[in-house]
Amino acid sequence: MILDSKIPSGPLEKKWEKHIMDGKLVNPANKRKYDVIIVGSGLAGASAAATLGELGYNVKCFTFHDSPRRAHSIAAQGGINAAKNYQNDGDSVYRLFYDTIKGGDFRSREANVYRLAQVSANIIDQCVAQGVPFAREYGGLLSNRSFGGAQVSRTFYARGQTGQQLLLGAYSALSRQIGLGNVTMYNNSEMLEVVTIDGHARGIITRNVNTGKIERHSAHTVVLGTGGYGNVFYLSTNALNSNVTAAWRAHRKGAAFANPCYTQIHPTCIPVSGDYQSKLTLMSESLRNDGRIWAPKKKGDKRPAHEIPEDERDYYLERKYPSFGNLAPRDISSRAAKEACDDGRGVGDTGLGVYLDFRDAIQRLGESAIRERYGNLFDIYHEITNESAYKQPMRIYPAVHYTMGGLWVDYNLMSSIPGMFVMGEANFSDHGANRLGASALMQGLADGYYVLPYTLPHYLANVPREAAPSTDHPEFVKAEEEVNARTKKLIDNNGKQTVRSFHKRLGKIMWDKCGMARNKSGLQEAITEIQGLKEEYWQDVRVPGTAASLNQSLEIAGRVGDFIELGETMCRDALSREESCGGHFREEHQTDDGEALRDDEKFHHVAAWEYKGENEAPERHVEPLIYESVKLATRSYK
Amino acid sequence: MKVTLRVWRQENETAQGRFEEYEADNLNPNMSFLEMLDVVNEKLTGDGKDPIAVAHDCREGICGTCSSMINGEPHGPENGVTTCQTYMRSFNDGDVITVEPFRAEAFPVLKDLITDRKAFDKIMQAGGFITARTGSCQDANALPIGKEVADLAMDAAACVGCGACVAACKNSSAMLFVSAKAGQLNLLPQGQPEKDTRVLNMVAAMDEAGFGNCTNQYECSAACPKEISEEFISKLNRDYLIASVRSSVKAKPTTMK
Repeated sequence: MILDSKIPSGPLEKKWEKHIMDGKLVNPANKRKYDVIIVGSGLAGASAAATLGELGYNVKCFTFHDSPRRAHSIAAQGGINAAKNYQNDGDSVYRLFYDTIKGGDFRSREANVYRLAQVSANIIDQCVAQGVPFAREYGGLLSNRSFGGAQVSRTFYARGQTGQQLLLGAYSALSRQIGLGNVTMYNNSEMLEVVTIDGHARGIITRNVNTGKIERHSAHTVVLGTGGYGNVFYLSTNALNSNVTAAWRAHRKGAAFANPCYTQIHPTCIPVSGDYQSKLTLMSESLRNDGRIWAPKKKGDKRPAHEIPEDERDYYLERKYPSFGNLAPRDISSRAAKEACDDGRGVGDTGLGVYLDFRDAIQRLGESAIRERYGNLFDIYHEITNESAYKQPMRIYPAVHYTMGGLWVDYNLMSSIPGMFVMGEANFSDHGANRLGASALMQGLADGYYVLPYTLPHYLANVPREAAPSTDHPEFVKAEEEVNARTKKLIDNNGKQTVRSFHKRLGKIMWDKCGMARNKSGLQEAITEIQGLKEEYWQDVRVPGTAASLNQSLEIAGRVGDFIELGETMCRDALSREESCGGHFREEHQTDDGEALRDDEKFHHVAAWEYKGENEAPERHVEPLIYESVKLATRSYK
Repeated sequence: MKVTLRVWRQENETAQGRFEEYEADNLNPNMSFLEMLDVVNEKLTGDGKDPIAVAHDCREGICGTCSSMINGEPHGPENGVTTCQTYMRSFNDGDVITVEPFRAEAFPVLKDLITDRKAFDKIMQAGGFITARTGSCQDANALPIGKEVADLAMDAAACVGCGACVAACKNSSAMLFVSAKAGQLNLLPQGQPEKDTRVLNMVAAMDEAGFGNCTNQYECSAACPKEISEEFISKLNRDYLIASVRSSVKAKPTTMK
């Protein structure tokens, strides 16, 4: 497998412009002759569907939700970065680019990240024009706040619901295109297989989750915007239905899966409270603008927070990283919290928690100012824990939040299956080994509004302007048979254990052995355990109900089957990456003071895995990362 | 704690539904209502029975998927929360809890507690947008918007599209939903050019989808998990009146697919 990134030549600042000019166009009258399938209706999917529909392509957009507006992008809280420099604090395209590439621990592609920073400013203009109600100052101008890994204020936000407002903006643009007939929307349709003809992606197989009906859809190109795979850990901040199935099915059909071990553990989530727990809830990183993180200095200190005097508190982020303090990047903050808890200084009943304290901010600014900034987050915290963060500090602990890895794509966002494009969290290219806060929304919308609409024509211009392949083509028949066989196997299995019980077990293996800290023997054990779990799953899982009806157990069963396979590949990736970088922390590779120790000589590359068949080990391929502008440096936030 | 559930079970859209009772034991008051249902469903699955189908996704009150009528109230007894943000501590040990789907003519039941709310999408497609071609927009700060207006627009924009307003209304009216989106866009300067067509088309689509009329009792606002104010309904009525009077603008008929 050859991984050609297709990075344009020329100076960094000119690459994107040059690439646009070098590519082919599809003339307006010919656009309608091309059918484009877009899977997913989150920020990337909805923005791409709306934009391509508006341009004149014949777009079909699919979501397993009952409405495009329910995609998980809606849950993003904190904000979206853009190099507007509205605060006059020294921001620029280059600074956003550099912060992002440094934040990713120098494991992302230079040219992709630079392009992301370049188009970031347009996104804000676009969203405001759509009526996204960003926070504003009294003078009417847009307001900004700071996020981790940056020393400028470049984050735009809409209370604690920025993802919701951006998604509703994209959804309204999409709705307009649906109303105009430019986009056909398929709700309640879960993609279960990709169809390739002569090596090119030409369609998908879907299951209508309300009726169980299996459908074939053909097109000239297939675009995935299907999100991340954090739910491989069972407990994460992802919505319960977020899954890897679309991406994994594409992987099995030839799309390389890049850097699967790069997962983001977010430092500020509400700690786990019991075995029944179904998901974890994030407390936005924006809280770290005003909240101070600390743990007691004394081990096993069980006094309530207000009884612990100032000199017995360890504000460990401020102590260890004085220049970034509480705004240190997510991977670093998470590991520091784990370190405090492993040291026996954790708080709460389980000892797996640290404090996020607003006492000083409330004294400085008053309770009403804090309520104005974070009221809805404090309310969520109260609903879940029954505690008031105005009166006592929040208890927080790291939790799985985002996955930087994903399907490998080139500069055009095309995967290693020709004709299949991948956007947003589902691809791998922009965040390296750690994503900075407020960059996911930026990337999702950049891909959908400003990147894919420019790169897709480069591919389509070479595709003959004839009708999309017939869905009676043998490849469609074969793909549908594969879906049916898998479904039948699950339904007829009649085992004894529920899907959820397997998912929980997988999550525990992944969290314990491929979570915040990893080591060689743990990962080797995990691989063996997951292989055993897979065998047991297909022998003993019980899926009630029928295939031809609304069957939530069946939906989850297919997804968990794919998560199990993904889990093994993640562990293999983590095992073979003999260095620590960003969210990937190998205990064998750390500095004397416990910081991640990269090995640029051996691992300054993307690892992309090729599927080799059922129960075969996947093959690891390498795309070297070539930096023309940035000098590799040890990441320091001290 | 322990509770008895009376749950609406209905196999599909055309089947006759009925209530069935389930015991839920060994519950922790800090469990969410949906986590309690997870426990019940695991047991049903283990016993070889069909688990209760229930709409849910984000489990943090933002996606708008969850939509259960709990003891006759949309999203249960607490104000300003969704079903997934309802916790067992809101109930008493030994309670009998009745759980039903959101009921309305425009929201047919698909299975058990899951309804079809595509009518909301149809209303959005009729006018719930500002036309802003990708790439054609001016600098975001070229159009200052007063904080008060921006905040009010955000209050309306907080709607999660769950349908609690419809379920709470004796007429199954969707006025709060429509007024929230139309209100958000009509308040902003960007929304002015399409203001009239927006309200006329959205209201026409709402009527066409089979939602009832508003009789100004505001159960909707009381049930809304985002506490959207009924004043947006008043604003919608004013905007609608003005739009109707302006003779140059006529409602486009919407097409229901």
